[in-house]
Amino acid sequence: MASTPAAPAVAPSLVDTLFQRSLNDLVKSLRADRSAAGEAAAVARALSEIHREIRAPDAATKSVALQKLTHLSSLHFAPVGSHPLAFPAIELLASPHLPHKRLAYLAASLSLHPASLSLLPLATHQLHKDLSPSSAGAAHQQHLSALALQLLASPAAAAAPDLPAHLAHDLVPHLARGSPRAIAAAARVIAASPSAAVPVLFKPLAACLASPDPRASTAAAAAFCDLSAPPADATPFLPLALDLYNLLTTSRSNWALIKVLKVFARLAPLEPRLAARIVDPVCQLLTRSSAMSLTFECIRTVLTALPAHDAAVRLAIGKAKEFVAADDDPNLRYLGLLALGMLGPAYASTVNDCRDAIAKSLGDADTNIRQEALHLIMGMVNENNIMDIAGMLISHVAKSDPEFANDILGAVLAACGHNVYEMVVDFDWYVSLLADMARTLHCAQGDEIGRQLVDVGLRVLDARPELVRSARTLLIDPALLGNHFLFPVLSAAAWVSGEYVDLTKDPVELVEALLQPRTSLLPISVRAVYIHAVFKVITWCFSVYVGRLGDSGMAVDVIFDRLAADQTVGSESNVALGSGEEQDIGASTVRKDPFSHESILYMINLIQTTVGPLINCNEVEVQERAHNLIGFVHLVREIQELNKRKVADGDKPSRLEELVKTMRTVFCQELGPVSVNAQMKVATPDGLILNENLVELAGIVSEDDTTPSTSIFFYPCSRHSVDTRDEPAVSIGSSSLSEHRKRHGLFYLQTGKTEDEPNDYPQANDSLPSSSNSSVNDDKLKTAELVFAGKKSTSTKSRPKVVKLDTEDFLSSMMPSANVPKEDPLSGALRDVLLGSDAKALSSQRASDINLEGMLNKTSSNESSSQQIDNLGSHPASRSSSRTSKQQNHDKEKGTNPPESDGKEPRKHRSSGRSGHRQGKHKHREKSSTQPDTIPQAPVIQDFLL
Amino acid sequence: MIQAVMVISTQAKPRLLKFYNFQAPEKHQDLVRSVFQLLSASPDSVSNFVKGTKMVYKHLATLYFVFVFDSSENELAMLDLIQVFVEILDRCFRNVCELDIVFNFNKLHTILDEMILGGQVIETSSEQVVKSVEEIERLEKQSSTTSFIPKSITERFTR
Repeated sequence: MASTPAAPAVAPSLVDTLFQRSLNDLVKSLRADRSAAGEAAAVARALSEIHREIRAPDAATKSVALQKLTHLSSLHFAPVGSHPLAFPAIELLASPHLPHKRLAYLAASLSLHPASLSLLPLATHQLHKDLSPSSAGAAHQQHLSALALQLLASPAAAAAPDLPAHLAHDLVPHLARGSPRAIAAAARVIAASPSAAVPVLFKPLAACLASPDPRASTAAAAAFCDLSAPPADATPFLPLALDLYNLLTTSRSNWALIKVLKVFARLAPLEPRLAARIVDPVCQLLTRSSAMSLTFECIRTVLTALPAHDAAVRLAIGKAKEFVAADDDPNLRYLGLLALGMLGPAYASTVNDCRDAIAKSLGDADTNIRQEALHLIMGMVNENNIMDIAGMLISHVAKSDPEFANDILGAVLAACGHNVYEMVVDFDWYVSLLADMARTLHCAQGDEIGRQLVDVGLRVLDARPELVRSARTLLIDPALLGNHFLFPVLSAAAWVSGEYVDLTKDPVELVEALLQPRTSLLPISVRAVYIHAVFKVITWCFSVYVGRLGDSGMAVDVIFDRLAADQTVGSESNVALGSGEEQDIGASTVRKDPFSHESILYMINLIQTTVGPLINCNEVEVQERAHNLIGFVHLVREIQELNKRKVADGDKPSRLEELVKTMRTVFCQELGPVSVNAQMKVATPDGLILNENLVELAGIVSEDDTTPSTSIFFYPCSRHSVDTRDEPAVSIGSSSLSEHRKRHGLFYLQTGKTEDEPNDYPQANDSLPSSSNSSVNDDKLKTAELVFAGKKSTSTKSRPKVVKLDTEDFLSSMMPSANVPKEDPLSGALRDVLLGSDAKALSSQRASDINLEGMLNKTSSNESSSQQIDNLGSHPASRSSSRTSKQQNHDKEKGTNPPESDGKEPRKHRSSGRSGHRQGKHKHREKSSTQPDTIPQAPVIQDFLL
Repeated sequence: MIQAVMVISTQAKPRLLKFYNFQAPEKHQDLVRSVFQLLSASPDSVSNFVKGTKMVYKHLATLYFVFVFDSSENELAMLDLIQVFVEILDRCFRNVCELDIVFNFNKLHTILDEMILGGQVIETSSEQVVKSVEEIERLEKQSSTTSFIPKSITERFTR
């Protein structure tokens, strides 16, 4: 430390002292250049100046320097090392000169740092002196002790456990006087080091509660309210119930009443008889009080702590409704909604009564109020009213700003999708609602809507016709193709129309919609789905067509001649151009019967002109599917050409039928939802060593980095591979895949094997008994397998059957935590920092900081929610049994004492209610611990109010 | 208890910061920044609460007055307290403006310390606080007349 005056080299000259800049000068210089750089430079200059001045032997110079330093470190976040500030501050604490002393106290209370704690004990003596009566005038002395109390209650002092321990006794006389400052400081001291402070301070503090001076009793109520705040256990404060009750019934101070109510709200769950006692006074306050803060506190107390008292709850809800209806004060509206949200599910119907008022709040100008109203409304959803509520909410979407519109959509989607559409009875309604949601103005929930469209299709058989209808309306609307938020929805719609093509009314229209020019706006993954859907549609049309031919016995040749003829025309003229007019003509004539020869022809031509060019697309997904589709179309034609040359008539229909049938079987298999655990159930094939080091693959992966799509549409891998297998001639020759295979044959399975019967893996939808896989390795095989678990119907109504996997019970139980409304990361961080840390010891705080830094990859909302969960988890645990909680609390109060040493004490002194309890607390002073523990344990706590 | 009191200008400059729970000094700047972002994002004439946190604020002229607190405080009472605080400032500085606050670092803390100690509200009457602040100034003046000190220091407390 260079702060001793014996540093001649840097000793400040008299000039420095005389021309020292004051804080005002400093502030002016900081304001001269307001740019960030200018300010930083000014701060740096000022700091170097201060570092010189603060070593001055002269107290005046030193104090000005200290003042400037305090200002800089407080408001300009100047990186002040703790020592240069702390030492002069503590030095000046002893100054006889009041302004200097005040500066020093301010500096110390603002800027002392755990790192400077080693210095804080130096201040102990001074604090002791300032707290004790002296010869100075009464006013002066009171002021000094106020300063000392200020520092004693500052966070820096709280971090130094010795300081409060040494000074606790000095507080007692001040408490006896009933000084609010001393009471507040005592609360901080007790919170900071319970083990040392509780024996000394608890009793005087409790005495203040009964003080005739309203300032003292108010401050004491506030102190106990603070000490009983949630992370702490409120049980030790039960003995204070009588004094608190007196305060509740007699006090005129709203501040005091609010604090008393808060303490009672914490005590009531611990002592059942308490609720019956306080309910009347609380109701009186509720009806009588004109102060909104007190009224709100009463409402909160009743709704959270006295839910069993019906009349009181009704009264409170009535008041809360008045709050909600307060047109002129958004704060009251917000708090009114907040209060309604505190009600448990038992009062859902009561809340339901105010649905209109809450729904009105959805249109409020205030975001907080709208959010809260939405939250409340979603809380009252059940399967009977979900249609009403969802309809009402969706009608609000159009009137809301984009952000809130999406909040509403998200909430509706979450509520309806909850636990596999538990609450949805009418799926036709829900499917059209999904489509309506997608078409709302600001919809950005495409991902979830798309997911649910597909999911409903997979799970609910009866919903499929309506699903296909809704998908059609989405697909034929060219306007939707421009909205990138809707791409997932369109992708889902395309998939649904392709998968359930047999339910479609007009496949020609569908193909047109899927191939409309604006589809070029779609991203690659969605285009691939579109093309694949076209493939499915055309395959199905062909199979119907061929089937009909077979039925009617019409000559197949005719069609094929015409197909072939058309193809030659098509290939001679430009494929892409040749059909413009034809298509229009075709479109009009074809409409009547989608399976007529003309329609098929029209569709094939349409496919060739629009998908043809995509064969050269850069993107493998699109390219591959385009190849598949065009390959199929060629195949259909080539068969005919070949046959014509061979003139083997009998062969033709059978080969065509065979082809169409094969293709149809490829697509006709039912898809089911996939369990997340499906992979684990796949047995590892023989000879596959999963633990083998795959480092060599890294090179290949980086070469062509085609990350596999995780979307649900590509789950049926086996089918995918079947597609390519069926048209080996089409793409293999030139595709990059074959190139790749050539170069890295090592990593491919034997070709002979793949072209055999589909695969050795279980078919999709085969329900695989898990017992057969009991020997499955821990490592997972990278194959998606569909596990179709037993179908469960969750409802006894006429609700359609919804396929639900066993594992989803487990999943859905996890959902709520995942669906916790996303918290503003800023406010989350704020709360973490400001609120979450008060209960923790500093050391653990630091440790958790490090942990958090380590986990920075996670989103902050995750962090905060997990912290919340931690808090929630720990709190109920502490109440699990009254005895352990008392003990825990006692441990807590004893702070550093090892638990085994005082584990029995609480029971020992708990014998006779109030006085016994206090004895337990003050055993050090009252020597009660020396009593033999003969008093039996009465678990019943006596009625403190009697 | 009250966790923090902040006065932040609409230019995002902190004008008064007081934390009643220990916060590492390095974090102060981030806190101010994140609070400011929350506040500046919310339009006027809406409720004075910030969802998800226990925080109330008032936007007056070029300043945001922010109180952060925990479950032991009543939201509406905190709003009232901001009102009291602003009232006191108004009485102490006669039509307070941002400049008064910029140039009276110490006095601002004196006022706040008369209202809140260690996160506990100790005085809610504006008259009482104004009286105490005047008394402190009187005491300081008394003390400073008895010794020689540079002009700059006396100036600090006679404003």
